[in-house]
Order: sequence, then structure tokens, then C-alpha cells
Amino acid sequence: MTKSQLIEALAKAEGITLKAAETAVNVAFNSMEQALIRGDRLEIRGFGSFKVKDYDGYKGRNPKTGELIEVKSKKLPFFKVGKELKERVNGAEVKSTK
Amino acid sequence: MATLTKARIVEKLFAKNMFTKSDCARIVDTLFDLVKKSLESGEDVLISGFGKFCVREKHQRRGRNPQTGEPMVLGSRKVVTFKCSGILRDAVNEEAG
Repeated sequence: MTKSQLIEALAKAEGITLKAAETAVNVAFNSMEQALIRGDRLEIRGFGSFKVKDYDGYKGRNPKTGELIEVKSKKLPFFKVGKELKERVNGAEVKSTK
Repeated sequence: MATLTKARIVEKLFAKNMFTKSDCARIVDTLFDLVKKSLESGEDVLISGFGKFCVREKHQRRGRNPQTGEPMVLGSRKVVTFKCSGILRDAVNEEAG
């Protein structure tokens, strides 16, 4: 599913215009983006939470050439799946077989 | 550190003066529910400029309870992963200067 398909599905489910659904989807994801850019946490109950993680730089190698390269420190948004979504993608069968 | 919640997103949508407060709350709920439904059906969700939510199949594997060290079998299951879009990744790193 792409963003435009999500907009269509939202318009249909809520009986609102495509334009209105587009605004809703954009407001939601833009505010999520802005929060992460500011370095804030973000939490949507039942869906998941995001936070920006800091990764240290390290010396690595290009696996193809073996050449030594410097990997700079970076920040990346990290997504932790919420309990409800985690269970839903697994259907009813949330077993931990021993 | 501040936390963005669904309530805040609802407020922002309400500020657009397009829907009532209760409609805003319902629309935002439906929005995330549609994303969840797609992932539940095994279909990835791609939000350009934000990132991609993927459903990945995990095979059964042997693991250990890290607390007791007791060996156990972890069943095959599906997990949701998130791959940040390049645009968002660059924006997040730019802020750091």
C-alpha cells in the first residue's frame, strides 16, 4: 500500500473527499516527521513508537574490495512495533512453543 | 524529551478547520487502523518521504531464555520492520549540524 492508496482507503472508510483524506494523511505523517527531526519521541498506541537513535561511527571495510573506510556517526529513526500490531500480523497464533 | 502522541496529531488536524474534534479523532484512528490492516494482510506500507513498513517472515529458530539460559525453540512468526526514507534520514541528521 502506498500513501495515495492509503488516502483513497481513508476517504472511502470515512466517507470524506480525497482532498480531505489527503490533508489528514499529510498532517499525520508530517507531524511524525517533524517530531523525529526535532529529536522527539513519538508514540501511537497499538501501532508502535519511534525514537531517534544515535549510532557511533566506526572503521569498516568495503566487503567487495577490502578497502578500509570510515563510517561516520549517524542518527536513525528506530521503530518499535506496538503490542497490538505485533499480535495482529501474527493472526491469532501468538504461541511461543517451548 | 517531548513525545508526540495521537492526541497531538488529532489537535493538528483539528487546527485545519475542516472537521469537528470528534471527526478528527475518528479519522486519525481509522488512518492508523488502515495501515495496521494492510500489514496484517502481509502487505507492506510505503509512505513516500517518511519510510516503509515491511512485514518479514521469521523462520523457526533455537534460542535461549536470556535470563535463565534455558534453551527454547522460537516459532516462526512475522515481524514488522521500518525502513526510514532517505529524505527523512537526511533531515534527522541535518538537525544535528
